[in-house]
Amino acid sequence: MAQVAHDASAQVGPLEVEDVELYHPKTFIGKYIWSQDAKVIAIQYAITAIAIGLVALVLSVIMRLQLGFPNTFSLIDPSNYLQFVTMHGMIMVIYLLTALFLGGFGNYLIPLMCGARDMVFPYVNMISYWVYLAAVLLLVASFFVPGGPTGAGWTLYPPQAISPGTPGIDGGIILMLVSLALFIVGFTMGGLNYVVTVLQARTRGMTLMRLPLTVWGIFMATVLALLAFPALLVSAIMMLLDRLLGTSFFMPAMISMGEQTAYDGGSPVLFQHLFWFFGHPEVYIVALPAFGIVSDLLSTHARKNIFGYRMMVWAIVAIGALSFIVWAHHMYVSGMNPYFGFFFATTTLIIAVPTAIKVYNWVLTLWRGNIRLNVPMLFAIGFVFTFINGGLTGLFLGNVTVDLPLSDTYFVVAHFHMVMAVSPILVVFGAIYHWYPKITGKMLDDGLGKVHFWITFLGTYAIYYPMHYLGFEGLPRRYYAYGETAFMSESAQDLNAAITIAAIIVAFAQLVFLYNLIRSLTKGKDAGHNPWEATTLEWQTTHTPPRHGNFDELPSVYRWAYDYSVPGAEHDFIPQNVPSEELVAARSEHQEA
Amino acid sequence: MTPTLIFLGLLMATVVWWLVRQSVNVKPWVASAPSGAHQGVGQLATIKVGLGVFLAVATSLFALFVSAYAIRMELSDWRPLPEPNLLWVNTGILFVGSVGLQWAWRAASREQLRGVKQGLVVGGVCAIAFVIGQLIAWRQLNAAGYFITSNPANAFFYLLTSLHAVHLFGGLVAWFKTITRAWAGSEISSVRLGVELCAVYWHFLLVVWLILFGLLLST
Repeated sequence: MAQVAHDASAQVGPLEVEDVELYHPKTFIGKYIWSQDAKVIAIQYAITAIAIGLVALVLSVIMRLQLGFPNTFSLIDPSNYLQFVTMHGMIMVIYLLTALFLGGFGNYLIPLMCGARDMVFPYVNMISYWVYLAAVLLLVASFFVPGGPTGAGWTLYPPQAISPGTPGIDGGIILMLVSLALFIVGFTMGGLNYVVTVLQARTRGMTLMRLPLTVWGIFMATVLALLAFPALLVSAIMMLLDRLLGTSFFMPAMISMGEQTAYDGGSPVLFQHLFWFFGHPEVYIVALPAFGIVSDLLSTHARKNIFGYRMMVWAIVAIGALSFIVWAHHMYVSGMNPYFGFFFATTTLIIAVPTAIKVYNWVLTLWRGNIRLNVPMLFAIGFVFTFINGGLTGLFLGNVTVDLPLSDTYFVVAHFHMVMAVSPILVVFGAIYHWYPKITGKMLDDGLGKVHFWITFLGTYAIYYPMHYLGFEGLPRRYYAYGETAFMSESAQDLNAAITIAAIIVAFAQLVFLYNLIRSLTKGKDAGHNPWEATTLEWQTTHTPPRHGNFDELPSVYRWAYDYSVPGAEHDFIPQNVPSEELVAARSEHQEA
Repeated sequence: MTPTLIFLGLLMATVVWWLVRQSVNVKPWVASAPSGAHQGVGQLATIKVGLGVFLAVATSLFALFVSAYAIRMELSDWRPLPEPNLLWVNTGILFVGSVGLQWAWRAASREQLRGVKQGLVVGGVCAIAFVIGQLIAWRQLNAAGYFITSNPANAFFYLLTSLHAVHLFGGLVAWFKTITRAWAGSEISSVRLGVELCAVYWHFLLVVWLILFGLLLST
């Protein structure tokens, strides 16, 4: 509960933060295309990410049609299937989720929530988007080169990835690796902005411990990404050299199609170490912004302060630090030293502790809150459910002895889709429903939003719950067709068909969302400045949508972001920039009246 | 992965220490008027913080390459290559470049534009000479039959040296901007920050090169 400190009424001096010189766009192109305004860049990132994400969604539906009804549709052959698996995974994890959370929400929310006019290096920020777009276009180009995109799986394990016989060995894999390298370069430019803006450009009174958890989540995720993406860059460069020049960083001596290849002595396990040194932090690069955003959604729509704010901040930091020492739990079947397996199983279980703390705190935030069950809140609560389900199977897979039989089965597919696909995407939806009114000035349609939520939420359970059973039966992942496999029950195929039907329904439900996004631009109800009665600074701007420069006058911050339902206060929320004496004055006026 | 883990461990320890100082005894739920002590904005120039973060990213990149080097080295096909003596000369040149920029930095803080210009020229010329020297070393190795594909040790040598040179090129872009500003005769205060950033970056690349060179020599 909020206490008012004794010095709260102390005289506040003039604003000490110097106003920065903003660049002033003069033309339409300068304003909306080559824009240096973080808000425009955010929207560019978001539209690009969602567009490429839709491609990945279509790929997954085509794969599901093949799995659910083999021999019925002849849309794809086995090579296409592997290519689609690869592209679906890579696009969703990197080009959609990472770009949308950090490039999209990061760009939009960090300056507004910190009370800054813009990012600290706007020019670099602009370049960041264009490099990202180039990376996306290269990735799309790989669909059109001879041989098509790579079919090596999103992990791109060598020697498979660059051996003859793998789809996309000609151009696809090269384009993929170059595209990843470009993505990393572009991200690093953006990431420098996000980190330095949080460190340097906070407004007066916005101490670190008053930052909304959204900013904390995005900040820590960016730190992780800045440090972990170089591992992917290292592996991409070395694999490119193996593929193009014939070095043997990763490629062992082997006989392919009856012929000895020119490679000799390379270490595929070295690639796995590098890849997962990036790959595991990547899970948290996607999860930490989701954690942060969902904390703010729950607190705002439950009209209650977040439970254990400092614990939440520390949990974010602890998860970030620990995420660098769990990577080899993705490699239990690579034949590594069993003592390593023991070590990594232990660290994996330890990282569950701060994660569980966060879950408890979300639930405790809801407890006895004045819950407003609107669409963003539905998605936030849906996230908590799904994250618990997906997180618990993570404890199974984190143990070596349980992982060995389950490795490479549908159990793994079910686990990571629940925990790092459905969970973050539910937060993405919740966040879009929450901030769309600020971005456009219009509300999204509530009824359509609820239809979208219930079909998506229940539908994803219909898709991924049965996959756990398929995994227990031993159904291996990444297979084009299973045929008459002796160890599988006949009903497994029925289950696969049911999953496919659910997947198609969920995919079509996203059209409702897209329709809502476009229709509400013109037909949505006017949102006003602060439709959710929220406390954070982005809702306190004079203009909605905020203009270039965000605030007329930079706000001063007097309190944290969670002053909801404060006893004695006139409203059930106190914005961060409202000083205590104003409250006292308002209360006495109220009493006199 | 040990070198990377050591680097990250140190970095994370710094982050945690910094955060403890920011969060211990802070009651976020207490409202108060902003005071000077609570000012979020640090005393450092934003661009310096930006350079610091970038150096952390670059260190992570080099640490990962060193880790990969250490893991790949253990395998049986590794045949170390002889380091050309020219590398010693190059190291010396890079060192002189770093000294030159340090000189420029000192001159800038004493408001001596002549010294700034001299130091900047020394730093830039040495960086270019270093890259040319590295190219000559490549040619010597190639002439002696140490091709990039013939052994992973060779491949790592070419890869690490070119990666280092790419970073040096990036520095030269910033150096070029600074030196044109110095030559245009603008106020020394507007040059000082650029000189300082260049100097820090040159020192960083010198340290990285010393570590890489030490790694090549010792294996």
